[in-house]
Amino acid sequence: MVGGLIIIITSQNYLKKVVGLAIFQTAVFVFFVSLAKVLDGTAPILTKMANAYSNPLPHVLILTAIVVGVATSALGLALVLQIYKNYETIEEKEIESLELKSDK
Amino acid sequence: MFDIFLDDAPALVVVLPLLISAIIAFMPSKIWPWIISIITLLLHLFFSLHLLKEISVSGLIIYEFGNWEPPWGISFKIDGVNIGLQLLFSIFVLVSTFYSRKIFLNEIDYRDFGKAYSLWLLAVGSLNGIILTNDIFNLFVFLEISALASISLIALGAGQNRKALLAAFNYLIIGAIGATFYVIGVGFAYAMTGTLNMNDLVIQLAQYFDGQLAIFAGMSFMLIGLMVKAAIFPVHIWLPPAYSYAPSAVSTLLAALATKTILYFFVRLLYEVFIIYPSYLSLFLDFVLYPLSLLAIFIGTVIAIYQDDIKKLLAFSSIAQIGYITLAFSLKDHSGVASGFVHIFNHALIKGGLFMAVGYFAILYKDRVTLNSLKGFGYKYPITSFALLICGLSLIGLPLTNGFISKLYLFQALYTNQMYFSIALVAVSSALAVVYFWKIVEQMWFSEIKFKSEKEDAYIYLPIWIVTISIIVFGIYSTPIIEFSNLSADYLISGYQN
Repeated sequence: MVGGLIIIITSQNYLKKVVGLAIFQTAVFVFFVSLAKVLDGTAPILTKMANAYSNPLPHVLILTAIVVGVATSALGLALVLQIYKNYETIEEKEIESLELKSDK
Repeated sequence: MFDIFLDDAPALVVVLPLLISAIIAFMPSKIWPWIISIITLLLHLFFSLHLLKEISVSGLIIYEFGNWEPPWGISFKIDGVNIGLQLLFSIFVLVSTFYSRKIFLNEIDYRDFGKAYSLWLLAVGSLNGIILTNDIFNLFVFLEISALASISLIALGAGQNRKALLAAFNYLIIGAIGATFYVIGVGFAYAMTGTLNMNDLVIQLAQYFDGQLAIFAGMSFMLIGLMVKAAIFPVHIWLPPAYSYAPSAVSTLLAALATKTILYFFVRLLYEVFIIYPSYLSLFLDFVLYPLSLLAIFIGTVIAIYQDDIKKLLAFSSIAQIGYITLAFSLKDHSGVASGFVHIFNHALIKGGLFMAVGYFAILYKDRVTLNSLKGFGYKYPITSFALLICGLSLIGLPLTNGFISKLYLFQALYTNQMYFSIALVAVSSALAVVYFWKIVEQMWFSEIKFKSEKEDAYIYLPIWIVTISIIVFGIYSTPIIEFSNLSADYLISGYQN
């Protein structure tokens, strides 16, 4: 989780920021799934073997969150592509210097 | 004919725009996506009015999706808190959609028209979901749909200025971090209580948990996430570029409604759920929200004075106005919450009107509107300029406009809480607002160049004037807004005093 955040903050490359965001979100998904584990629990299917079931709800929630995360990453990558087409670079510093020049 | 749909009105106000948005996405026409959107939003308004009628009879509607009972299923809740906002939302979206067509015609490629309106309806539906939902995870989904739709709409501004792409990208990164923080908070809350429904969460928290650190951590994560989304002061940095480089019609929708709906949910979370830990709540309100609001008011106004680009100036003034709203919400009593809601309503109208007028100027001038480019516009385009003047005076808070009502109630609330320092600061900031608005007026009416008046487009100035007239009407006859705000505050604060 922290690793992903650090990538977002420190990296100068927009592509790396999107990847950092994906790592950050995935870490949160794993946190959610880990909440669902019940000690000695099995998958929530009715069998005679089981004496406890793990909670399926967080998995369902995370399924939704994964879809949202995919959409976010896709939109982010599409934007990076458009930025590259317009600026011919995706490095933050180079774009900043380009903008400074165009302002003058 | 509508009777069979009326029972499902709470779901339809959200689902209808989302469904239609999928239908119009690939229409290659210049006009049909707009016509279909208008019809959809007229139906939306019809359902909202129906909800108002129902609420005035029963006072509370809980809509269960798939007939799953609330603690298990997802539910929508409509009560006194959100019905006023729902109505404002419905009406303003209709007006701004009417306004948006001519603006889009000038600012984006006509082949993107269907897609633009598809995203527009997506944003409308999901923002409405934020108003109605009663489930904290469902809120996250709506939050992300609305964020993704608005980011794509902002990126459409790239045809005008390529900086729109950078603004959209920054919004995406910062917004996604905010939303993920919110989800971490939801995870903590769910781990401790096993519920996502807001009413059930209150019950569970009150019965079983007292002062457990995991709950406080979860609450803090949720609040920080929402603060990012609502652009409350230190985490507002995505907002000014996003508003100023988006197509003008999009800035109108976002500035008037997007942050307002999230602020509404923020306050509802504070006063409906977190209220059961009064010590935590007052810690957050007194030592986090209150100082941040004061900083937002002061710094937002000062930065706005130094802006040359008018849309950026308005965006920074939005930061200050959000500061007024959160200042009112941090007061923990009926008058404070009520005045916060009054300002949510009034500021939505004022900023909507201002962005509409400036957006029209941007098209007429065919470039970004800076202070210099406004020279002589007061004579050149008198109808729109006069509307801009009235909206601006209302922003400052002159009598006979609704901005005055907001300031009056805010001062009263601060006075009853004996916060004299805040009163002084709000007064100073209002005076500073005169400075930046005067700079605009000076360029428009008192520059040396004189122009003859030119013809203006009725499709554009009509919606602008609808908003402007409502500003004056609510300035003189403010009862509806006051009633709705008091109703919201009644519902929220009654929990606090018990």
